Amino acid sequence: MGRRVGLEVSLACAEVVGLCNADVVAAYPITPQTHIVEHLSEMVADGHLDAEFVPVESEHSAMSCCVGSSAAGARTFTSTSSQGLALMHEILFIAASLRLPIVMAVANRSLSGPISIWNDHSDIMAERDIGWIQTFAENGQEVVDLTMHAFKVAEDKRVCLPVAVNLDGFILTHVIEPIELPDQEEVDAYLPSFEPSQSLDTANPISMGIVGMPEIYTEAKKANAVALEESYEVIKEHWAGLAEKFGRTYKPIETYRTDDADTVFVTMGSLGETTMSAVDQMRDDGIKVGQVRIRLWRPFPVEDFMEAIAGAKTLIVIDRALSPGLPAGPVGTELRGLLYAKGAKQYVANFVCGLGGRDVTRSQFVEMYQTATKAAASGEEMTCQMVGVKE
Amino acid sequence: MISAAEALKDFQKITPKTIPLVEPFSKGHRACQGCGEVLALRMAAKAVGMDMIAVSATGCMEIISSSYQTAWETPWIHVAFENAAAVASGVEAGRKAMIRKGKIKDNGSKIVAFAGDGATADIGLQALSGALERGHDFTYICLDNEAYMNTGIQRSSSTPFGAMTTTSPPGKVSKGQMTWKKNMPMIAAAHNIPYVATASPAWHVDLMNKVKKAVSIPGPAYIHIYSPCPTGWRCPPETSIETARKVVQSKVFPLFEVIDGQFILTRDIKKPIPVEEYLKTQRRFGHLKPEDVAYIQKRVDADYDRLLKLVQATNPEA
Ligand SMILES: Cc1ncc(C[n+]2csc(CCOP(=O)(O)OP(=O)(O)O)c2C)c(N)n1
Ligand code: SF4
Repeated sequence: MGRRVGLEVSLACAEVVGLCNADVVAAYPITPQTHIVEHLSEMVADGHLDAEFVPVESEHSAMSCCVGSSAAGARTFTSTSSQGLALMHEILFIAASLRLPIVMAVANRSLSGPISIWNDHSDIMAERDIGWIQTFAENGQEVVDLTMHAFKVAEDKRVCLPVAVNLDGFILTHVIEPIELPDQEEVDAYLPSFEPSQSLDTANPISMGIVGMPEIYTEAKKANAVALEESYEVIKEHWAGLAEKFGRTYKPIETYRTDDADTVFVTMGSLGETTMSAVDQMRDDGIKVGQVRIRLWRPFPVEDFMEAIAGAKTLIVIDRALSPGLPAGPVGTELRGLLYAKGAKQYVANFVCGLGGRDVTRSQFVEMYQTATKAAASGEEMTCQMVGVKE
Repeated sequence: MISAAEALKDFQKITPKTIPLVEPFSKGHRACQGCGEVLALRMAAKAVGMDMIAVSATGCMEIISSSYQTAWETPWIHVAFENAAAVASGVEAGRKAMIRKGKIKDNGSKIVAFAGDGATADIGLQALSGALERGHDFTYICLDNEAYMNTGIQRSSSTPFGAMTTTSPPGKVSKGQMTWKKNMPMIAAAHNIPYVATASPAWHVDLMNKVKKAVSIPGPAYIHIYSPCPTGWRCPPETSIETARKVVQSKVFPLFEVIDGQFILTRDIKKPIPVEEYLKTQRRFGHLKPEDVAYIQKRVDADYDRLLKLVQATNPEA
């Protein structure tokens, strides 16, 4: 059985990439991702991980290098954040369309400008439509488990897609948490070595990345979208496998005290932990609130989400990024669209908070609850509000 | 790592009689008639052979070779415009790790990146510099047709002084391209990589030998191939090879190698033809006045003299 350690989450992330026996790590440093790649390069330098560490000259090249190594059939990992993720943008689509099982940890951070190294989700929200599987971790243990799971899902022959594991910058990356690190044998049993269905091999030549003439482009895109949709079952299956081996269960959507809740907070990432304590506090005051946490962001688990919110009358959707020019944040927009399509009756209140590292306090949850309840009672449509802005 | 000179000790030269019959880059492409770039690419691919893993940058050669059917008989990957060197780095790193771990066998595959001058000298320069500096074992071939042809003949930093392109049009106050051609081979050589060479398809055996040398040397190698583009240069398709010869004879594009830092002239031009004779083969220079031609001649001579001095300085016995 694994060992329970007190470890900085970034180091735990690097350790598990080592346990997953990555062949290539190509990365460029950016705060707050740096500890992940620094530790990986140490592990390679010490011979603790037998991999090629490619210290590229930019994130654009990091993702390009990952595409090359994955196409060659190697198990490939990278990690980035913010401006680095934005610089990769062009190649992220290509990684997905070439169906390459690259795994990337994204230490979520705000985007310039003004330049800010602190946490929010504006980097990854700008990458919603890249065709990658995307998960959000709430704590260090999830980072470890979701990373193992990411390789397992990405390399599954039914999937063959890149996976991004999101972890909040600083709030997770730089915090020491108690973490159960699995043994090598356990990981090996869960994650056998990568057998690519196709690779760059002179014995069996193939052309990858050909021109998409109008006659084939639509079909290629459709195949990509279908693969992402169909990955859903495989993602769940491998979470079940993880539960069996390691005793920790994961679901696409997690709920907390939703059974009799009138109002639920919808969150992603580490904010979920604060939300839970805010929910507890409000419950103590007799307010019937609960929490719904999105762990799987792409493919979006529509049915699981609908089921999770079925009993609620009001949803308070919390966004950690802006969508300027729209009266809602990115998550709020999506969920409104989804509820509309499903003919659901829930009232949606959407708030943006915690931008650029601003703390989100328990009292702000109470405020959000009060504003949302008032608006819901009036029945009037409510545009997205930013929480705690100093006017 | 062994030196380039050591690796080339038993080098078996390709001769007109032993030109490889294999066609790693074969029929089925859609290049324009008389395209010098596709010709150079085919010659280079022949010299590498069927053990090649090719990486292409976006550009003419990628578009014409992979629409509807592939012209690549060996494994090939195209990712984007500016990243052929970074993708090749990844292919090399992935294979290296897997060979070391016993996951795949070392079958002697040679990784070769092909990119246009735009993909090399402009948008991809950073990725190329990074890959050369890191020392990946791959060969990077720049197919230089002196402009962005795939997007319709726009200038690049490799477009020569005075050339007309759609974004360097001659006008009342402009002579066309107003800057001097960026010296990519020297930039590559400044990375102290084991092998750098220039080549022209008019000297096809020399071109193939340079490519063969590049792939037999461990570490990064860079080859800059002058590649006539009749469409973009406004010249008849049947003149590509003639133009590729005149550019060398006029000293505009000297043929040389840099092996372990030593410069070697592979074609000494004792009796050069005037630059004007080269310029007049292409209508892209048609608007130039005699004083422009004189200016170009002066700079070409100076550049060539500087190259001769480099040869003497680094290779006194030659
Ligand atoms: C980031 C990016 N910018 C611009 C383009 C458009 N584009 C594609 S090929 C090309 C020019 C290619 O020129 P070059 O590298 O000289 O190759 P050639 O086509 O001349 O062989 C351009 C500008 C692109 N694909 N990607
Ligand atoms: S435009 Fe020029 S380089 Fe491109 S295929 Fe035609 S001749 Fe060749």
